[in-house]
Amino acid sequence: MAYALQQLINGLSLGAVYGLIAIGYTMVYGIIGMINFAHGDIFMVSAFIAVTAFTLLAALGVTSLPLALIAVLITAIFFTSAYGWAVERMAYRPLRGSTRLAPLISAIGMSIFLQNMVQLTQGARVKPIPPVIEGGIELWQTADFTVQVSWTQIMIVLVTIVLMVAFTYLITQTAFGRQQRACEQDSTMTALLGINVDRTISATFMLGAALAAVAGVMVTVYYGVVDFFIGFVAGIKAFTAAVLGGIGSLPGAMLGGLIIGLIESFWAAYLSPEYKDVATFAILILVLMFRPSGLLGRPEVEKV
Amino acid sequence: MSTVIVARHARTPAERFKDAAWVAFVALLLGIPMVGLTTVDQGGALAVTTRFGMLAMFVGASFAGRFVFRWIMDQFRNRRAAKGRELKVDRTPVAIKAIGWVVLGAAVAMPIAFSDNRYVIDTATTVLIYVMLGWGLNVVVGLAGLLDLGYVAFYAVGAYTYALLFSHFGWTFWEALPVAGAAAATFGIVLGYPTLRLRGDYLAIVTLGFGEIIRVILVNWTELSNGPNGIGSIPRPTLFGLPFERSPAEGTQSFASFFGIEFSGMHRIIFLYYLILVLALLTNVFVSRLRKLPVGRAWEALREDEIACKAMGMNVTNVKLSAFTIGAMLGGFAGVFFAARQGFISPESFTFTESATILAIVVLGGMGSQLGVVLAALVLVLLPELGRNFSEYRMLMFGTAMVLIMVWRPGGLLSSREPTIRLNQAGANKAAAIGGQA
Repeated sequence: MAYALQQLINGLSLGAVYGLIAIGYTMVYGIIGMINFAHGDIFMVSAFIAVTAFTLLAALGVTSLPLALIAVLITAIFFTSAYGWAVERMAYRPLRGSTRLAPLISAIGMSIFLQNMVQLTQGARVKPIPPVIEGGIELWQTADFTVQVSWTQIMIVLVTIVLMVAFTYLITQTAFGRQQRACEQDSTMTALLGINVDRTISATFMLGAALAAVAGVMVTVYYGVVDFFIGFVAGIKAFTAAVLGGIGSLPGAMLGGLIIGLIESFWAAYLSPEYKDVATFAILILVLMFRPSGLLGRPEVEKV
Repeated sequence: MSTVIVARHARTPAERFKDAAWVAFVALLLGIPMVGLTTVDQGGALAVTTRFGMLAMFVGASFAGRFVFRWIMDQFRNRRAAKGRELKVDRTPVAIKAIGWVVLGAAVAMPIAFSDNRYVIDTATTVLIYVMLGWGLNVVVGLAGLLDLGYVAFYAVGAYTYALLFSHFGWTFWEALPVAGAAAATFGIVLGYPTLRLRGDYLAIVTLGFGEIIRVILVNWTELSNGPNGIGSIPRPTLFGLPFERSPAEGTQSFASFFGIEFSGMHRIIFLYYLILVLALLTNVFVSRLRKLPVGRAWEALREDEIACKAMGMNVTNVKLSAFTIGAMLGGFAGVFFAARQGFISPESFTFTESATILAIVVLGGMGSQLGVVLAALVLVLLPELGRNFSEYRMLMFGTAMVLIMVWRPGGLLSSREPTIRLNQAGANKAAAIGGQA
């Protein structure tokens, strides 16, 4: 029982990270109807920026933890958004209006480029950072097992909740959100009404990248190690989460992320750690068989 | 999704300068965390080092590159504007056909011209494997319009079927080939069935997931697949029972002794080359015949408009399943050849990157274009090979090339392909005749 509770806690914090990355997929899909295949690599770039920033701060002698965290978050968000913007500008904007598969291929090219660029400039080896936040709360003590929530896990969940609320507000209540939803419905009409569609799409990519940046910082703090290959794995998982929840739906992405995080940690703990990815994808296929548009997705309207 | 695109480009030197300065600024932003700063291991802990010289070079190169690129583009634009809008030269199907025959001739003559250069023939064999895979995936993506990101799974099924049939039952290449094709086709049905209700990107992620499932199982099911260590000493194919060995087993003849020629290691390399050439050409003939049959036209109709197909009373399910199954079978054949050629297979050869490369070949070539697949396979296999001198940078160049080619020609290298049916009088008669038969 205690062991299960621990897995629940681990699964939730892992799921929150997947959810954050998944929102980036969902927002981009919502606005241009395409998968941003380089999104996972943007997340990886952010994790590397976080490692550099933490090391730099430690060298400068910044000891106040909240200050350091906020500084790293701001740095990561700033530079990673630039990467998000650049990916859109180079791989998507020149291909607007062409076949659906063309931007997909250019984005895969972008993803290969980013992965190899990081490997070349930052080295192929695993980068460890010293633990940033130590300790946690002991929730429950049984004879042979202690259920523990680390401060890092609490931080991840809190940050995710705050961002979730902020983004729901942004999409549903603000002028920018309205423009974004308008572009999603009919980009030509939106452009005719005087909204800069290109700028809205760019901003969406930047916001998605900013969320990936937060996720990257969280993962760096959580695991303490980063290498250039994490983008691919996290990207697939988060994409699966977005599809599972219903791609295009914000709460769906979060729900999908949580489900995948929970499946992963429970499957690894009770059944077999090797096959946890098989379980994830098998459940995805099962859900899609019975709900082809995902858990919270709206069924597609067939246009004739 | 269509958007109003207003072409804006710099015309005056001042505008070009501003444009290049903006690019340099973005390059600076992107470069600071990756090029300008890096962490190095110093006595167990990380320390940050700066590379401002490299960053300055990076930003400077971006500025100069963009400035020159814009200038050249403007020269082209001005010249075109001065000449007036010229009509694009319409490549007729005849010209494409002629190119096809030339490429085929070159492919047949290639081993004779390079009969002592093992490296060239090996590379050409690799190109042909990708051509065959591309033609196989073309059925699914190019003709039926179903986005498959896990094609490499069928390639893996084919390769492992042969490897396992050999290691457990001692089957030869030729015996295993049809069985492996059937096994891959079965997997095609297994994957196709649950995905039939899905569309577009949902299908993409499910196929991607399926590819990963196969790979993870191959890595972890050690009793079956020998896990990450792979399966080795897979025998090479024989020519009607004649092996390509220096000293054949007692009572049998080898290729060299049968023909009474001196043994050479190159015979096998050249034989493998011709074998994959024949397999690929059979694939091509098979697919182009299918395209003219009702099932092929149903695929293309499905790609264009699924709802119209349903409204016409077409059995969409069967059409999709047939595309998946045939594509999978062709991938399985390619997998058997791959296993036989390498003599060793492991799950590492069947990663998502491989699927992405095959998909890139189909899309870069121009969806549904058979010759386009050949050109794209040449480009995508030769690019990293040519980049061997810059071995560190070859994947970087590979990624960049994928982006640039797509931006340059979004429809693929050969976006105009031969129509399935031509509507002139002769074509109309032929179509009527075919329609009458069907």
